[in-house]
Amino acid sequence: MYELLWLVPAIPFAGFLVLAVLGRGLSEKAVATIGAGSVGLSAALTIYLGSLYLSNPPADGVFTQTLWQWIYAGGLNASIALRLDALSLLMVFVITGIGFLIHLYSTAYMSGDESFSRFFAYMNLFTGSMLVLVLSDNLLFLYLGWEGVGLCSYLLIGFWYKEPYNGYAARKAFIVTRIGDTLFAIGLLVLFTGLGTIEIQELMIRASSEWAGSSLPVLAAALLLGGALGKSAQLPLQTWLPDAMAGPTPVSALIHAATMVTAGVYLIARTHALFELAPAVMVLVAAIGAATLLLGSLSALVQKDIKRVLAYSTISQIGYMFLALGVGAWHAAMFHFMTHAFFKALLFLGAGAVILAMHHEQDMFKMGGLRKEMPFVFWTFLAGAASLSALPFVTAGYYSKDLVLSLVWPSPFGGGVLWACGLAGAFLTALYTFRMVFLTFFGESQRGIGPKPGIAITLPLLVLAILSIAGGFVETPGFLGGVDLFASFLSSVFAREVFQLETSGVIFAGVAAPLAGIAAAWLLYSRREALRGFVQKPLAAAVSSLWFSGWGFDRVYDFLIVRPFLALTAVLKGEPIDSPVNWLAKASEGLNLLLVKTQTGKVRLYAAGITIGAVLALSAAVLL
Amino acid sequence: MTVPAEHALVLAAILFSIGLAGVLARRNIIFMLMSIEIMLNSAGLAFIAAGYKNGQADGQVMFIFILAMAAAEVAVGLSLALRVYGSFKSLDADAASSMRG
Repeated sequence: MYELLWLVPAIPFAGFLVLAVLGRGLSEKAVATIGAGSVGLSAALTIYLGSLYLSNPPADGVFTQTLWQWIYAGGLNASIALRLDALSLLMVFVITGIGFLIHLYSTAYMSGDESFSRFFAYMNLFTGSMLVLVLSDNLLFLYLGWEGVGLCSYLLIGFWYKEPYNGYAARKAFIVTRIGDTLFAIGLLVLFTGLGTIEIQELMIRASSEWAGSSLPVLAAALLLGGALGKSAQLPLQTWLPDAMAGPTPVSALIHAATMVTAGVYLIARTHALFELAPAVMVLVAAIGAATLLLGSLSALVQKDIKRVLAYSTISQIGYMFLALGVGAWHAAMFHFMTHAFFKALLFLGAGAVILAMHHEQDMFKMGGLRKEMPFVFWTFLAGAASLSALPFVTAGYYSKDLVLSLVWPSPFGGGVLWACGLAGAFLTALYTFRMVFLTFFGESQRGIGPKPGIAITLPLLVLAILSIAGGFVETPGFLGGVDLFASFLSSVFAREVFQLETSGVIFAGVAAPLAGIAAAWLLYSRREALRGFVQKPLAAAVSSLWFSGWGFDRVYDFLIVRPFLALTAVLKGEPIDSPVNWLAKASEGLNLLLVKTQTGKVRLYAAGITIGAVLALSAAVLL
Repeated sequence: MTVPAEHALVLAAILFSIGLAGVLARRNIIFMLMSIEIMLNSAGLAFIAAGYKNGQADGQVMFIFILAMAAAEVAVGLSLALRVYGSFKSLDADAASSMRG
């Protein structure tokens, strides 16, 4: 029964409508049931559809459902149509599955908040929009979902709107991603005017046949890449994501780690046939990914706020996905997307539990010793951290990162330099991750902790911890059995890769880098007094503050764009262009005042005026 | 003996000027109305003189019109004068200047 597909996005939308209209009057329990239940239903339906897909796949692995025609004008034919294939099924699985766990977690995390129902309404709207984004059959409908998730991201970052900083962070996220969205919209128009359709699969077919050898694919792919850079917080549009941590922690887990920020990765993977026609853009994607992953992980090294560490880590991990996309390793990018969704959602939810226990303290230097106080959260967090650090052989993160790295070097778009960047990133990832773990959970506890987390918090942590460890065994490298369930699952969407590099040196480097990172983290943590002295030296302090501020991008953008723009608006505030028109109005007003003076109300004066006028007129008639 | 039409026209002009001077100079509304009456009659005289000179009855017809109009005008004017007096306790035309501007 693939026809049930439309219900997957429809149920969260229905949940949003109910909560938006009736939310205020409902009890917290009813709101939680509707909010989490709607996503849970979607997840159950997804599991059903997934099992159906595996046991009884549709023809060519694609099921398309056209619900109704949306716009039909000229050559434009946009339908509300859903498309289920291996790629969108994977995305839907992650969105609804992890989405449900995070909703469940939120029922406890947000409990007692005065806007409890508003929170779940936004979250449901987000889930529905995200599902539209990944299920859409054409680019315009996809764009609708794309804007929908952007809106929900804005609403949820600024959820606690009474704090002015949160509103600022929300606006920043919205405006910066809007730059990318505009590029995406232009790209959409280029594709439509050039190829005469917006249906994604049709576009890919026509692009391959009509655009081969021309420069148009480069333009279109570059514009789509612009949209992806904004949404996925990659260089140079990455500045909004660290500030987006102003939202509640479950929002950071769902939107700014697991799902929305990977929409750019999905977009590129979905339109990969177009990118393959534009090798220059592919190289650019790989280079941006490599640069972003290094910059992000270096910034994550020096952060104090536990959520900002995770935010920079997300930027850097999405950099890995872009690196994989850039070298044409499509399935590796999606594999890393999946494992990243598991472990990063886990880390955010774990961090949320820590923040709750610390009475909303997010500074890691004020934490410590939580290993003994919250053993359950510690062990699950450790599982996520190990997975993020790509601890060899036992974690999902290792398998996905290793797959990416093994495909980077031999690719025609990749090479040894990009591989080395990825490897350095793996070392840095392990370093900052375990710095975070040691600072938060080891050492002496500095203050009392709040109430123990309940089942609604521990259950999602447990499930995600299991997935973070075991989720990688679906795709293992050749020397570890060569399981390729994941790649063969996606083989109906992506052509299989052949150029995998598995020499012993590369394998050894991939194993050694994370271990070295963890060892370095322990070494530096145990000598943190000496480190503190080192960091106070002028050069080290300058580098550290540069990294802390995210490489100073905010300051540069402030200087180059924000200030000139504000200066321009200050000039335009007085409406200089309107002023000639306003002068005209002023002049006629003055003339009117003069004429008003002649109306004295004295009849004799009027009579005299008439007389003088008549005399003048008559004498003119007679004399001239 | 016949009076030349020019004499009648000159008389009409003199009467008109006297009436106009009265309107401009007097402040009492009753006197202003009377002056207007003189101006109307001077216009009527001019019509009759012109009709006489051209040997046509049109001038006399116009005078009948003017007579009727003058009667109506006096009726309206006097009732306005009464209202002005009721409001301002005065017949001074300059006092009734509250509708300026």
